[in-house]
Amino acid sequence: MKNSRFLAIFVVALLFAPPVLPEFYITLLNYIGLYAIVTLGLVLLTGVGGLTSFGQAAFVGLGAYTTAYLTTVHGVSPWLTLPAGLAVTAAVAIAIGFITLRLSGHFLPLGTIAWGISLYYLFGNLDFLGGHTGISGIPTLQIFGFEFKSGREFYYLIWAVLLVIVVATRNLLDSREGRAVRALKGGSLMAEAMGVNTPRSKIVIFTVAALYACLSGWLYAHLQRFVNPTPFSLTQGIEYLFMVVIGGVGYVWGAILGAGLITILKQWLQDWLPQLLGQSGNFEMIVFGLLMILILHRAREGLWPIVLRYFPERARRPRVAAAEALPCRATPLAGSILLDIRNASKRFGGLVANDNMNFNVRAGEVLALIGPNGAGKSTMFNGISGVDPLTSGEIRFCGERIESLAARDIARLGMSRSFQHVRLLPTMSVLENVAIGTHLRGHKNFIHAACRAERHEEARLLHEAALQIERCGLAEHMYDAAGSLPLGKQRVVEIARALAADPCLLLLDEPAAGLRYLEKEALAELLRRLRAEGMGILLVEHDMDFVMGLADRVIVMEFGRKLAEGLPEEIQRNPAVLDAYLGGVE
Amino acid sequence: MDLQIALLLAQDGVTNGAIYALLALALVLVFAVTRVIFIPQGEFVAFGALTLASLQAGKLPGTLWLVFGMGVAITAIEVALALNERHLRRIPLIVLFNCGLPLLLAGFLFAVSPATLPLPVQVCLALILVVPLGPMIHRLAYQPIAEASVLVLLIVSVAVHVTLVGLGLFFFGAEGSRTPAFTDNSFEIGDALLQGQTLLVVVCSIVLIIALYFFFERTIYGKALRATAMNRTGARLMGISATLAGRLSFTLAALIGAFSGILISPITTIYYDSGFLIGLKGFVGAIVGGLASYPVAAAGAILVGLLESYSSFWASAFKEVIVFTLIIPVLLWRSLTTRRIEEED
Amino acid sequence: MNAAYGSNEVPEKPVVLEVRDLSVSYGKEEALHNISLKINKGEIVTVIGPNGAGKTTLLCALMGLLPARGDIIYLGERQAAERSVEKRVRHGITLVPEKRELFGEMSVKDNLLLGAFDRYRVGHRDELETMDLVFDTFPRLHERREQMAGTLSGGERQMLAMGRALMAKPKLLMLDEPSLGLAPLIIKEIFRTVGDLKNTGVSILLVEQNARAALHVADYGYVLETGEVSLEGPSSELANEARVISSYLGLGGRH
Repeated sequence: MKNSRFLAIFVVALLFAPPVLPEFYITLLNYIGLYAIVTLGLVLLTGVGGLTSFGQAAFVGLGAYTTAYLTTVHGVSPWLTLPAGLAVTAAVAIAIGFITLRLSGHFLPLGTIAWGISLYYLFGNLDFLGGHTGISGIPTLQIFGFEFKSGREFYYLIWAVLLVIVVATRNLLDSREGRAVRALKGGSLMAEAMGVNTPRSKIVIFTVAALYACLSGWLYAHLQRFVNPTPFSLTQGIEYLFMVVIGGVGYVWGAILGAGLITILKQWLQDWLPQLLGQSGNFEMIVFGLLMILILHRAREGLWPIVLRYFPERARRPRVAAAEALPCRATPLAGSILLDIRNASKRFGGLVANDNMNFNVRAGEVLALIGPNGAGKSTMFNGISGVDPLTSGEIRFCGERIESLAARDIARLGMSRSFQHVRLLPTMSVLENVAIGTHLRGHKNFIHAACRAERHEEARLLHEAALQIERCGLAEHMYDAAGSLPLGKQRVVEIARALAADPCLLLLDEPAAGLRYLEKEALAELLRRLRAEGMGILLVEHDMDFVMGLADRVIVMEFGRKLAEGLPEEIQRNPAVLDAYLGGVE
Repeated sequence: MDLQIALLLAQDGVTNGAIYALLALALVLVFAVTRVIFIPQGEFVAFGALTLASLQAGKLPGTLWLVFGMGVAITAIEVALALNERHLRRIPLIVLFNCGLPLLLAGFLFAVSPATLPLPVQVCLALILVVPLGPMIHRLAYQPIAEASVLVLLIVSVAVHVTLVGLGLFFFGAEGSRTPAFTDNSFEIGDALLQGQTLLVVVCSIVLIIALYFFFERTIYGKALRATAMNRTGARLMGISATLAGRLSFTLAALIGAFSGILISPITTIYYDSGFLIGLKGFVGAIVGGLASYPVAAAGAILVGLLESYSSFWASAFKEVIVFTLIIPVLLWRSLTTRRIEEED
Repeated sequence: MNAAYGSNEVPEKPVVLEVRDLSVSYGKEEALHNISLKINKGEIVTVIGPNGAGKTTLLCALMGLLPARGDIIYLGERQAAERSVEKRVRHGITLVPEKRELFGEMSVKDNLLLGAFDRYRVGHRDELETMDLVFDTFPRLHERREQMAGTLSGGERQMLAMGRALMAKPKLLMLDEPSLGLAPLIIKEIFRTVGDLKNTGVSILLVEQNARAALHVADYGYVLETGEVSLEGPSSELANEARVISSYLGLGGRH
């Protein structure tokens, strides 16, 4: 497989580099390694999780200063300052993350700029950290009598750490928690509906990225044996982000490519630009800035995808192996009430979007919610699924009150949904997309994932996802990128994902929109089968042929109220309904 | 601290706060209209101050080459587009406008010796040199990706910022500049001495804010900008194009920035990279206003100025730490008071 | 009530808009397929159809908000696909969108004023006279002229959206579901105004879910279903067509 081959070539090249390269290149490679450790954190944070940070340099500083202070002032062994630094960084990251990660997209990067500057000035102004002169005389690293004295020896340590992090990061991304993180980019709405605790996922990747940066800082301090505030300034933080964006923000190898390119380019530009311009100064930033603007205009994914084009091989995607089935929840008795909605109202300021709605959904039936545009169907849906809670009223699901629960907790009780605007992750395979639906059925965490201690559970989850894909008739597309499927099939993938959560009630938001006739027939057939198995299905739909041929009962809404309820044929004859749809004004 | 020192510090704080308030207004404006978080706002401050200083020193300001360089770049892009769309008749106008005007300006600066001109003329010249950078930066960096996400636009902003700082170093050198005070008058109020320059900064800021208010409330172009900020689709359907609105807001931002720079250049020494921190303090104010409310942003900026001034007295080394840490409780307060519901596209 | 203005009176009216084989795709999915329609000067043409049939997509394509394939011939001139929304506004096409898209924190007067933005920009200075005309058409807006648009009732918002579009002195006015979310009495008033507007010479393309009201006021109608025109004809004939009803409530197997 491609990635393993990259890794193998990479490792061999690394091993044989030091003996043949002159000192200058070893130093360069050491810096590339140190930067790449930080940028890998940014791949996780920005490329995968969609959270942008300009403040990573400050975390590098935390790692470096912690070890510098503890080793020089208190004589603590460097091997103990590492966990100490990691602990300090984690505490700071969690505190900052708790405050800033709740904010919408652009406030976070602004926040990172602010605390990036703040920490930088703090390093420079605290007397016990040596002020702007910094701390010198940091001891070397020693292990079993071996001393990492020169850059040549340190080289192996840096690159070994980097490799471990590359592998751990890749493991993480290819796991249940990794999928949850990747789902963040598709909007937290979908992730929450699949049971992902999105604030927790965000804080975790933010902390992991900070820990990578701290590790890099620790290595840096013992390589240089001297720290001052300059390498931890905002400018450096900006440079880290430039590295990943230029290399390819969504790619592990892109981070290393970016770190390498920028470091080498910087070296080269620092040599040549001052001569060319006849002045000394950091003119390489002009080139980096222009390069960034160009990349964002022309190749927003960075350079790594362009490199990949020369390797026309199928991308690595998880495969399904046989595994024992996951436990399922007990099927509710056919005909028993699953969802019971009483006096549900929703007001937006003065507008009443839902006005005193009452209805229920039973196990083993299809209930359709129809009505003209703006009748309040989507609002009702959002109220039931916990996306946007009701203003007043009661909702019981399987006997429990859910009107004030979060979407992910409602999902846990056995309600699963699809979205009107398809919310799949287009570059991930159908299998991985559906596997997001199994999120609540696994329990292993990030640490298990990073060291591959969750392979057994992972196999069972993927196996379950594959079963649901087959059940929905999409087996042939299992390994295709979800975005490459036609819209009709993407809607079915959404249903498969909902089914993978093992629900007893399905909420489907316009599942037939954009489907061709035969696809609609197939979808109706699937829903009939599910109904026969005892599933309750609530659907909002505009396609009347589809609704009338499938639903057991139909509720018509108008102006937020229930206009009519009954069997399909009753609804079609109801004069009030005819007026609502054709217009009652003569 | 006695009352006199407190008043002196307050005077400093309000002076700087007034500048931050102007910048905060520009930042809110640019964000509301174009969704760009305009990190390079501070560079206009530095360029404004340094351009005026160059003019007064009898040097040819580096800004001229910057305007000319960007003009050439825009010409190249526009000519390529015109060739592509076979609108050959547009080409002479493009060249004349983007290259001709900067050349004209250069010719004028060569012909007269700016150092001998009266101060108001020098100020106007400095503005004429710096303000075009606003719409030019919009054309080059933002217009091609006007539809991109706020985050991508923000990263572009950071890239524009580092580019401009680098160019600033090249064109203005590493040395700082300080222009002579516009007025040497001072007034005594009770025990405290009120500097004429301070009063000038505050009065000019207030006049500029009032002028902006009239622009937004009373002119159709100002209303068009506000309309774009409120409802992009609605504005488009009225024929207010995003490009027009973007260019206009960037022009205003550049004007506000350059003017602020000219105002403070007699008070502090400005270096090629001083703009960034000044701009960021405006940002703290703007964020207090949630990047949406002009009055709250201005009030927040004044607060930043005061905080900075008093903390420089109590803990001068930690001035920046305190100012930029202020943002954390503000963000926390924002995060607790705003409930975010993800819209269905 | 305006039946006397029916198109059979003067058959050779100039064509304002002709659409031939217009198709629009979202990604791989075709939302509109080979739509053809025609609007003569001073006519009201309606496009009716159930939710999700592609009615709004059609208007967006005509306005230049969405890329489309096929020919859009406006006043005898083919509209290039890349012609911008702003250019179309300048040539006299305006759209009153389904969501109204008002400037909520501005007064009614300012909203109307901005309707004339493009005319002002090219040098016309008649916005106050035009505003008086709009106030004549919608006296309610005159009463509310200093009020913020965001505080208006649903019906008033629709009136403001229409008034704002009229400020551009359009030759072709496109209305997207003007009855949406409005109470029956208000709908009646809106449609009466739409009927009156055609006396001013403006041509109207009316997209509606409210089929009865739309067919009542229009001269000619098209029924749009799943992205295709399934039926067309003079509106009086369409109003009595059983298939119009079936397409709304799914009574018959059409496929």
